Amino acid sequence: MQQKDVLPTKPKTTASAPAVAENITGAEAVIRSLVAEGVDTIFGYPGGAIMPIYDALYDFQDTVHHILVRHEQGATHAAQGYARSSGKVGVVFATSGPGATNLVTGIADAYVDSTPMVCITGQVAAALLGTDAFQETDVIGITMPITKWNIQVTRPEDIAPAIAKAFYIARSGRPGPVLVDITKNAQFAVTNFEYKPCSYIRSYSPTPELNQEQIAAAALAINDAKRPYILCGHGVLLSGAEKALIALAEKAGIPIASTLLGLSAVPTSHPLYVGYLGMHGNYSPNINTNECDVLIAVGMRFDDRVTGDVSKYARQAKVIHIEIDAAEINKIVKADVAVHADAKAALEALLPLVNAEKHEEWLASFREGDKLEYEKVQQNELHPKAGGLTMAEVIRRISEKTEGRAILVTDVGQHQMVASRYYQFRDPNTNITSGGMGTMGFALPAAMGAKVGAPEKEVVAIIGDGCFQMTLQELGTINQSQIGVKIVILNNNFLGMVRQWQQLFFDKRYSSTEMINPDFVQIAKGFFVEAKKVSSRDEIDAAVDTMLAHKGAYLLEVVVEKEENVFPMVPTGAGIGEIRLD
Amino acid sequence: MQKEYTVTVYTEDRIGITNRITVIFTRRQINITSLTTAETEIPGVYKFIITVLSTREKLDKVVGQIERLIEIHRAFVHEEDEVVYQELALYKIATRNLNNHNIEQLIRDNNARILTITADYVVIEKTGHQQELLSMLKQLEPYGLIEYSKSGRVAIVKWSRRFHEHLKDLSLKQAEL
Ligand SMILES: Cc1ncc(C[n+]2csc(CCOP(=O)(O)OP(=O)(O)O)c2C)c(N)n1
Repeated sequence: MQQKDVLPTKPKTTASAPAVAENITGAEAVIRSLVAEGVDTIFGYPGGAIMPIYDALYDFQDTVHHILVRHEQGATHAAQGYARSSGKVGVVFATSGPGATNLVTGIADAYVDSTPMVCITGQVAAALLGTDAFQETDVIGITMPITKWNIQVTRPEDIAPAIAKAFYIARSGRPGPVLVDITKNAQFAVTNFEYKPCSYIRSYSPTPELNQEQIAAAALAINDAKRPYILCGHGVLLSGAEKALIALAEKAGIPIASTLLGLSAVPTSHPLYVGYLGMHGNYSPNINTNECDVLIAVGMRFDDRVTGDVSKYARQAKVIHIEIDAAEINKIVKADVAVHADAKAALEALLPLVNAEKHEEWLASFREGDKLEYEKVQQNELHPKAGGLTMAEVIRRISEKTEGRAILVTDVGQHQMVASRYYQFRDPNTNITSGGMGTMGFALPAAMGAKVGAPEKEVVAIIGDGCFQMTLQELGTINQSQIGVKIVILNNNFLGMVRQWQQLFFDKRYSSTEMINPDFVQIAKGFFVEAKKVSSRDEIDAAVDTMLAHKGAYLLEVVVEKEENVFPMVPTGAGIGEIRLD
Repeated sequence: MQKEYTVTVYTEDRIGITNRITVIFTRRQINITSLTTAETEIPGVYKFIITVLSTREKLDKVVGQIERLIEIHRAFVHEEDEVVYQELALYKIATRNLNNHNIEQLIRDNNARILTITADYVVIEKTGHQQELLSMLKQLEPYGLIEYSKSGRVAIVKWSRRFHEHLKDLSLKQAEL
């Protein structure tokens, strides 16, 4: 089938199937449960142990849109992208055994990055459980440490309650992936069906009650601060706290820096926004972490990519940690004021209690670092005088031409860091990347899912040549389901980020990082996706225009400088104060 | 500094819950030295009593991660002096040795008791701390010990005030739904 110039057709969500029915199969109960949860999109791949569910799906095609991926890993990343762009729960189907094990990478990725996802796997019949039957795998055991919750269902009457619980757990509190494994006999057997959404589990309290004493203590610390500093994490986006965060920062004159997953919560151009934190983040936000007197960490978990050597991290600062997951508080950095709360609730409660301040000198100190970074790094990357194309100039061009309004989906490596540094975000939830796991192969399927979740948005995936080859088969899905994503391959013929480390820390011994690549344009065209390759500076403008003007999916391969490095950089094991500019 | 700690965990009755809990210790390279679990006085609520050799700092984090699990009610770390605890040991010896007067004395001295006597063997039971159980084991050794078995720790927390009430409240809340 040729790629047609259309956006993905969203199924018309018909009035949902009644949430009560008599004598239906377990398989139909699965679909009706999903419909009752408002699910209209599923990413999946069929197989023996989930066939009854696929069969039941056949009757619900008007209500539920199934997207047939080319690999189950792709389904999980697509569901992640979908969840992050739409704010809904991503749903995945896979069969038992190899289907289920192929989900593992995406589930683990969603787990560390707190992405709500419900995976439904088929399982061999209950009578065969534990017998090493054909395609039987202990998916419950395998996914136990990487799911927020999982359950195996062996009876049809347990299906609806399990799915209700799954959705409640996936989306509440700190969101995360959940897996429901359903044996084949339970799918075939008949049951009466009634769907009751879940809103309470006695051993689970997802939304902490706001503790006014903690809020008061935080306000006191902020009001006493001379150099207060906000670190914005993914939790800000997850709780929809962007406005509250900006209001607080504006009132109290506090600069905001962002973690990788917090990017896009605050527009890059906001006067109080000071940049991107972490190993390959901006210079001044890192340096000033060790200069502030009060550190206000909001919905972030002090990942080691952010802190560097913890023993040298923000020792001077009083730390206020606003966090919904109690287990994250004091896990890495000891909080002087722990606010165990939803970010939005906490920030809204704080706002009236903080004093109006400006902190001009403190803010100005960021600009000094920025100047240094611009002179030493950015100027050369953004406006190179000679040599091959740099990743930065390509990203900046895309940023300008999309006016920062596209959803940027990045893969893992140098291109990810460069994109995070140079794309100028404007709207929340427009940065989708694999943060905690750093999963190569994430971007193509995630972009696909993001586009399905937000069809009105431009979705641009930025992918390295190495990453692309991990999940490129999803071009097939993009073609079949007519998903209009823009794909930019930044091709340096290297596993660039690893090569950079080899150059800096392993004496330039480039062990297995050079790549002999296929013809990406031919590959895209083979999947009926329009494509073009450029390699010189004067072509890039027109190429980005063509890509963005194209209706439907488009792949742009940009040949970039082979041995470019991403700076600034905090070497592993070093403190963030030791960030290097070259 | 590494010390012996008691960790208590209150859970729902769920297949795999032991696995979920123990994997958190595994990830932090903590060895579980004993584990006892059984249903509490509240139907459907289980209590795990785990002893480990570790540091307070590590265990506070472990407990946080355990509490994050959906089916866990609460989890606590206890210092040695915060709990009253006992372990139980069973000793099996050949019946012919029972005639030995010293054994009777030994059982009495150790505050142990005989559970079963058959033609072939006797099972003796003793509760106490690990040291006492081992000391009795040593004393019995010369009389032809056939088998020895010891439980994990059973503990009651000194400072727990309303925990029983708390668990009952939870069950009521559940019943209302
Ligand atoms: C699945 C997986 N395998 C290996 C790695 C280690 N890794 C991190 S970045 C990277 C190189 C990525 O290369 P490429 O996609 O070409 O991007 P570049 O760094 O050149 O921009 C590798 C191999 C990883 N993150 N994920």
